[in-house]
Amino acid sequence: MNFVQSFSIWFIPLLIGFILIYGTYKKVPTYETFVEGGKEGFSIAINIIPFLVGMLVAISVFRASGALDYVMLAMRPIFSLFHIPAEVVPLGLMRTISGTGALGMTSDLIATHGPDSFIGRLASTIQGSTDTTFYVLTVYFGAVGIKKMKYALKVGLLADLIGFLASIAAISLLFYS
Amino acid sequence: MVNYIWVGMMVIGFVVAAINGNMDKVNEAIFTSAKEAVTLSFAMISILVFWLGIMKIAEKGGLLEVLAYLFRPIVKWLFPDIPKDHPAQGYILSNMAANLLGLGNAATPMGIKAMEQLKILNGGKNEASRSMITLLAINTSSITLIPTTIIAIRMSYNSQSPTDIVAPTLLATAVATVGAILIDRYYYYRSLQKGGK
Repeated sequence: MNFVQSFSIWFIPLLIGFILIYGTYKKVPTYETFVEGGKEGFSIAINIIPFLVGMLVAISVFRASGALDYVMLAMRPIFSLFHIPAEVVPLGLMRTISGTGALGMTSDLIATHGPDSFIGRLASTIQGSTDTTFYVLTVYFGAVGIKKMKYALKVGLLADLIGFLASIAAISLLFYS
Repeated sequence: MVNYIWVGMMVIGFVVAAINGNMDKVNEAIFTSAKEAVTLSFAMISILVFWLGIMKIAEKGGLLEVLAYLFRPIVKWLFPDIPKDHPAQGYILSNMAANLLGLGNAATPMGIKAMEQLKILNGGKNEASRSMITLLAINTSSITLIPTTIIAIRMSYNSQSPTDIVAPTLLATAVATVGAILIDRYYYYRSLQKGGK
């Protein structure tokens, strides 16, 4: 627990410090480059707005109506057999289909359960641990015109499942054991 | 598929609300969550600007090339089909390095370039080759050192320590990547046994 937190806290400053010293050593105009790259960050944050609005509205309509409660009620007995919290199952499914959809679900879970709760931490880890399989498949194979994808989809989806289960294991082990 | 899920969530929500008689809550949810989404995006500006600024320094300093150099032996083992010093190797290395640093915008074009090269290696067929599927597997379970967007979301909801998910995320993503590689190998050898290459 203590080690996890100090690792997480030290990791970012160390990485940033390393990059800054490395850049200086390589004679990169650090500050100007930083500003240039920062502009990209701004446009990414702005571009994400319509995606997030669309997804968060749909998710919260689904939740406020009570529909989500029914889904949870139906799923909980099945998933609790495997010690999987039912709350994150929709996120796990969405993660393979849409990156921004999953981002919306993650922020909804964090908002509802709190960022430092079990569900909040778990949602954060699931969101960060795998990428959107269907998107990667469409973009990469679509761009070069691959029609027969053979066993690619199976591999991608199984990897997502492993990432999902590994997230549950990692959070349970590192924070709640 | 996203289109159906999106419409489905809303329409089912409206129908259930009509049955439950809590349409007022749904009305409120529409407007508060739209506002929340915008607030959240604005909260993410700070960390995204900072992180991509830092990463630009890493990129200009040539850190991607250094990482690519370190990965070379791994890539040789992962992609035995690619001849030595073939351009596909360089693109795959840059793709992996960019993914590691969380530079999604730089990783995708490199990945596509690598796919183009792999297609040429495969005789221009419209069928996925072994290496293509391996590259895909690595990308769908992409190891990212720091999940910036999630840290930003956690910050905006007043987390006590927004970064404490870095270690578990690294762990989970490493397991997923190793798993992806093993599954990829398994299916490759199984497809060999079935006869079709």
